[in-house]
Amino acid sequence: MTANGSSRDYRDVVLAAPVTVPYVRYSIRSAHWFVAQALARLLTASGLRKAAVDGLSLGSFMLAPDTAIGVTQHLGVTVRWLDHLPLGGACGIVALRRALRAVQCGDAEVVACIGADTNSVDAFRQSLGSFSVFARDAVFPYGSGGPNASFAFLTDYYMRRYGATREDFGKICVAQRDNALGYPHAIFKKKLTLPDYLNARLIADPIRLFDCVMPCAGAEAFLVMTRQRAESLNLPFVTVRSTCERHNAFPDDPIQTRGGWVLDREHLYGAAGIDPADVDFVQTYDDYPVMSVIQLEDLGFCAKGEGPEFVRRHTFTTDGSFPINTSGGQLSVGQAGCAAGFLGLVESIRQLTECNLARPVANARFGIAVGYGMITYDRGLCSGAAVLSRAAT
Amino acid sequence: MAASSLISLAAELVSGRVRVVDLTQTLSPQFPAIALPPEFGQCWPFRMEEVSRYDERGPAWYWNNFSCGEHTGTHFDAPIHWISGRDLPNNATDTIPPQHLVGPACVIDCSAEATSNPDFLLTADHVRRWESAHGRIPPRSWVLMRTDWSKRSDPAAFQNYDAAGQHTPGPATDAVRFLVDERDVVGFGTESIGTDAGQGYHLKPPYPCHYYMHGSGRYGLQCLANLDLLPPTGAVIFCAPLKIKNGSGSPIRALALVPA
Amino acid sequence: MIPPLPKPPRKNPILRTRLPLLPPSARSRAALGLTAAASRGRFELQVCNDCGAVQYPPRESCHRCLSGKLCWRAQEGSGELLATTTVRHSHDTFFQERVPWRLALVRLDVGPTVVAHLHAGCPPAPARVRLGARLDKAGQGVLVAFPMDEVPNMADDRQLREMTCDPKFRKVLVTDGKSAVGQAVVRGLAAAGADLIWVGHAEPWKETARFAELATLPQVALLPLELTDSQSVREIAAEIGGKVDILINTAEVHRTHGISSRSGVETARAEMDVNYFGLLRLAQEFAPAMRARAADGQSSAVAWVNLLSIYALSNFPPHGTFSASKAAALSLSQCLRAEMRSSAIRVINVFPGPIDDEWNQTLPAPKLSAEALAKAILSALQDGVEDVYPGDVAQEWLARWQESPKVLEKELSI
Repeated sequence: MTANGSSRDYRDVVLAAPVTVPYVRYSIRSAHWFVAQALARLLTASGLRKAAVDGLSLGSFMLAPDTAIGVTQHLGVTVRWLDHLPLGGACGIVALRRALRAVQCGDAEVVACIGADTNSVDAFRQSLGSFSVFARDAVFPYGSGGPNASFAFLTDYYMRRYGATREDFGKICVAQRDNALGYPHAIFKKKLTLPDYLNARLIADPIRLFDCVMPCAGAEAFLVMTRQRAESLNLPFVTVRSTCERHNAFPDDPIQTRGGWVLDREHLYGAAGIDPADVDFVQTYDDYPVMSVIQLEDLGFCAKGEGPEFVRRHTFTTDGSFPINTSGGQLSVGQAGCAAGFLGLVESIRQLTECNLARPVANARFGIAVGYGMITYDRGLCSGAAVLSRAAT
Repeated sequence: MAASSLISLAAELVSGRVRVVDLTQTLSPQFPAIALPPEFGQCWPFRMEEVSRYDERGPAWYWNNFSCGEHTGTHFDAPIHWISGRDLPNNATDTIPPQHLVGPACVIDCSAEATSNPDFLLTADHVRRWESAHGRIPPRSWVLMRTDWSKRSDPAAFQNYDAAGQHTPGPATDAVRFLVDERDVVGFGTESIGTDAGQGYHLKPPYPCHYYMHGSGRYGLQCLANLDLLPPTGAVIFCAPLKIKNGSGSPIRALALVPA
Repeated sequence: MIPPLPKPPRKNPILRTRLPLLPPSARSRAALGLTAAASRGRFELQVCNDCGAVQYPPRESCHRCLSGKLCWRAQEGSGELLATTTVRHSHDTFFQERVPWRLALVRLDVGPTVVAHLHAGCPPAPARVRLGARLDKAGQGVLVAFPMDEVPNMADDRQLREMTCDPKFRKVLVTDGKSAVGQAVVRGLAAAGADLIWVGHAEPWKETARFAELATLPQVALLPLELTDSQSVREIAAEIGGKVDILINTAEVHRTHGISSRSGVETARAEMDVNYFGLLRLAQEFAPAMRARAADGQSSAVAWVNLLSIYALSNFPPHGTFSASKAAALSLSQCLRAEMRSSAIRVINVFPGPIDDEWNQTLPAPKLSAEALAKAILSALQDGVEDVYPGDVAQEWLARWQESPKVLEKELSI
């Protein structure tokens, strides 16, 4: 495996129009409905007509038997650039990277990047058994029924190996809930206390209820376009300083205590021209709090194994030190399938454009959104990240 | 003359002055079957498989298929059954003259002897003593050996095996020869599972009743029941086998007419 | 460390009996290699023929060198217990009824990291453990992390008992107790802690050696049972079918004929009537009640054992009609296994080589003693395997058959 070589920057391509289709625990609507609502909100937010959107990138698990192409007819859109990314927690970062290049190279002018999924009452259970061949063959038969057990193993291992405590993970969850109390679309609207967290129902030791995300239905989306176009539309926008993407990193690690970010962080900060100390907030991919800690380590905010100490030093709230998951993250907002891969990006765009924010991070200039996902067997195969920047004045 | 006899017989049947006695054991899978050494071919025991019983296999009717050997339950042995009778004329179930299948029966009560000795052998002397009490056995009669063996409802007691094999009563060689050569009987019947004794293998010749009766074109009846309800003389029995082409025997419904 | 299994309370006959559920049973074709090995009591993993890489989960090609030439090889199974968890909430209905359920993440010494069921005798992580494969209630291969060394009451582990068919505290029907094999099985069951052993016997007027002695065992109840008689099977099933947890069909008729050494079909029919139709009659009468009781508490209905023969795989011409009847029984038992699968009743086929009895009198040694065969049957139940080939002859035939069924046929026809 090699680190990223130098790659062309994303000058003159921007992100705008962060939108969310409000989450619900269960929906009788299909994923197509959530995609359509997301697109409608993108048009409203941008003032564009549907015909002006000439690129579409879809992240979704639940469109079957359709893929993105069938959705074009559903939505009545004619595009010249199309992408389908059922990559779960990584689909936002991957969609972003590809759309940026498409616009930059002139293959499309305006790309709608949408992550959307639905959730019917039994859908989650059904999706577990068909998520991947390895999950069906080697995980699902063991009763864990999803990633809970995988992250229970990792949490158990990490706690023993690096001395993390339940309180450390609880601190993250409680801080994110505080952040979520200002975010209108969060599924969880009630304050979470540390005793609530510590005494919650056990799910898979040592994981308890509030370590787990709530599967739900919803959508997240944004537009990728040229700076010129955004300015002509009078849209607030953010720029992308750098990105990275890595799949199946460190396959020989017996257990996933690190992700592909370790291979890519040098490039990520180098291309962005910043240091970790310059980062004002991080939207981790927080499917379980242990993964947030691992991402903070792997993105260079502290050394491997120093995560617990790092956690003890910070508040993670928007009004404190080292804000993470400023809208509450999946742990408080909910996990709407592939929309979860967009949640951090959309929130980052909002933070850096000061768009409809109840809990702004003061004077934020740089934010990192992290993508992670696809636990097809024992670990998440995809990792990615994007450094976003407030538009230069 | 004959016609008037039959009419009066019919009247006596209707009035009940002549009774019909069932000499037959119920055919069921539980009824013991004859057993030969396992390397030999075996007689199928009685088995019954339901064809339908007012169900999806036949909505309005009930019926069964059954299977069994020719020598199952209360049954008839034809001369062709034994090697000694194999070349005789009319020796199979389909060719036996029907006249032979209805006839008078002499019942020799050996129940006391069989009770005290399961290997009891009926000898010619024994038959002669019976004749001195009940008269000479008429020609073309059936001779039935009553042992009350049919009252053994426990299959194990009925079969009566031990390490030496089966122990059931039957005729001695001299009795068989006497009945065939000197009394011209139609056949010989028993209550146990063979017309020969359980230990008949050790007689000379082995299984003398089979050997001489069938070798002389006579018949055998086995597993008879209710012989205790028959008089020593005076009963008429009906013992027709199924008309199986070239059959060696057949289960029968054996009936006797007896004076009330 | 593992408490001995308590004797279960008597069933309350007025309560509803829980219906059986299965753990997730879908597998890719590649993954069925684990199941195939586990069904014979073996733990095998996929190994690359070209580069020797051991991989798990199973794949269609080598993850290291991309070779498509993969095989399954027996594994010793030692590894490092990296982490454990106790699942207390499952989305799967089978596990919902069985949580808490302990799982292990194990790094095998040969390379792969695997998710496995965790035996309660394992020490806490990090620790050395031994991986093994078992069949789960769905009849599919799963991995189990065992302690390196035997611990007391090993078989009583609650999770392991969901994968095995241990006769301890169970009620068992042995269909023929008159044969030496049947008697050895009955004595083995009694020693293994079976709660009640019904012993069938046909032709009650025929005594066989040592049969009467069985009745002196306190667990034993003798039962007239005639497999050639549908009514007998039906009546006995009506009487005890709702209680039988394990059915072991030891009844067989064995004569030593090919086609030309015996004219007529009477002997062959007698073999078929017991060896094939007897199994069919038993299956029709006993399987429904057993299926309904497959989740009936700690001592649920759990297994069905057929005494087949290694000759079921390929005809042994000197015992040709017997071989054919056993081949028919094997085929029927595959049907039974498929029909029982949805109820989690394991169908175990036993393929002995020649048994040391009167019908194999003229065959040379080695011959399988009744006791050795009974032991193999007991082990199959305790280990929960599906196919057992007891004895040297059976093992050799199996190896020859697996290598080439056609070559074996040709060898046997000389």
